[in-house]
Amino acid sequence: MIEMQDVFMTYPNGVVALNGISVKIEQGEFVYIVGHSGAGKSTFTKLMFREEVPMKGTITVNNKDVSKLKWKDVPYFRRSIGVVYQDFRLLPKLTVYENIAFALEVIEESPKNIRARVMKVLDQVGLKNKARFIPDELSGGEQQRVAIARAIVNRPSILIADEPTGNLDPDTSWEIMRILEEINASGTTIIMATHSKEIVDTVRKRVIAMEDGTIVRDEHRGEYGYEV
Amino acid sequence: MKFSTLKRHLKEGTRNTWRNSWMTIASIGAVTTTLILVGVFLVVILNLNHIANKLEDDVQIKALIELTAEEADVNQLEADIKAIPEVDTVQFITKEEELDNLIESMGEQGQAWTLYEQDNPLNDAFIVQTTDPLDTELVANKIQQMNNVNSVNFGQDYVDKLFTFNEYARNVGLVLIFALLFTAIFLISNTIKITILARKKEIGIMKLVGATNNFIRWPFFVEGMILGILGSIIPILIIMIGYYYLANSGITIQQFNFIQLLPFNPFAFQIAGIILGIGVCIGVWGSLMSVRKFLKV
Repeated sequence: MIEMQDVFMTYPNGVVALNGISVKIEQGEFVYIVGHSGAGKSTFTKLMFREEVPMKGTITVNNKDVSKLKWKDVPYFRRSIGVVYQDFRLLPKLTVYENIAFALEVIEESPKNIRARVMKVLDQVGLKNKARFIPDELSGGEQQRVAIARAIVNRPSILIADEPTGNLDPDTSWEIMRILEEINASGTTIIMATHSKEIVDTVRKRVIAMEDGTIVRDEHRGEYGYEV
Repeated sequence: MKFSTLKRHLKEGTRNTWRNSWMTIASIGAVTTTLILVGVFLVVILNLNHIANKLEDDVQIKALIELTAEEADVNQLEADIKAIPEVDTVQFITKEEELDNLIESMGEQGQAWTLYEQDNPLNDAFIVQTTDPLDTELVANKIQQMNNVNSVNFGQDYVDKLFTFNEYARNVGLVLIFALLFTAIFLISNTIKITILARKKEIGIMKLVGATNNFIRWPFFVEGMILGILGSIIPILIIMIGYYYLANSGITIQQFNFIQLLPFNPFAFQIAGIILGIGVCIGVWGSLMSVRKFLKV
């Protein structure tokens, strides 16, 4: 569960990113965050991941007050959240398998478990036969699937996706959406920032619309609501 | 830490040193230069200290007795000297023994002095040793005041000069070494910074998936340590080999009762250990400096 109360966030250069946000997201929900560039979507997701700390207000994720998290506890907190970005962020010299295994290696998972879990998650995103490829040999959609596999291999309770289909063509985007829905169906909360009217209006979920750092709309089974 | 994790860190750290081989060579060069100077400096200073200490222990007062003194006067003088509380031993030597010593210590040239055996110009003397070497000057002054004493010699001048020289050498050396140490640390930290920049993306992903700072830091630690260790190999070889020949060359300081240099074993090994220790320290310090700011994400 994620809960924000009266969250204010101003960047050092004076830009007000969030201007008093309160929101509650239950475990297992699928939420779109929509809004124009600069509306505060990215800041919103960064705060949940403790990449930024709010100036004011409280953020509770899985019953932990994120803003009061100690430095040394941040890495452990992050293990309960998976993140996917528009630009995939894969390591170009590692194979698909190694890219995913990397996420488990750095949290010191035992080599035996790593193999089993990587293979399972590769199966889940349908890339079992591409385990030995390097990212450059894959299409954009496949690369994003690797990124998703890496994000969920540690079985996080929340998956944050920051414009996961932003670099992909429509067909590939639907594929990604199907995978995200499957992950959501197994109980993982999904928070997805997006600019895609088509996706939001077709795969109907809760929509949180942001403008100038505030939430202007919060509807279950909502629509994108902006003209493209 | 798990064994598999440790293995991973060692592998990563080693791979990094290979990857930017030019910077690695530059850093190792800086560490090598620094450590050679540190080593030579340590050898010199510690030996000078050793000699000065030895000398201080050996300092003795030689009180020359007036030629005119009668036997009773000499006995009286001996009693007086023994009465000084700081005095440990008093030994009487005749002028004939003195001449023999002189001839012997001069070696071949000493033969010229044998002429004087007919008409010995030297004095009988007392050799006085104090309980505490630091009291030498005090006791020498007291003896100087006594009757029938022609003159008093003691080696304190030498020792004082040596200690003063020692101190100067040490101060100059320390400044030099600190400057070099900082250069070496700076170069190492730059080398590692390049590795880190090259791996910025990787570090970002590591943070993303919840790697701890220590986990991220380890390979760079290893890299710094490798640089330090590689940098100390040549200095250790130079010092060990050089000192082996120096210590076994039979060099002794003749003027000072044949004091020897510190023995090769264990001294050279101790110096080698210190060099290695300093090498590792600057390596780790350099890596710490450069990693710190990259971890604040």
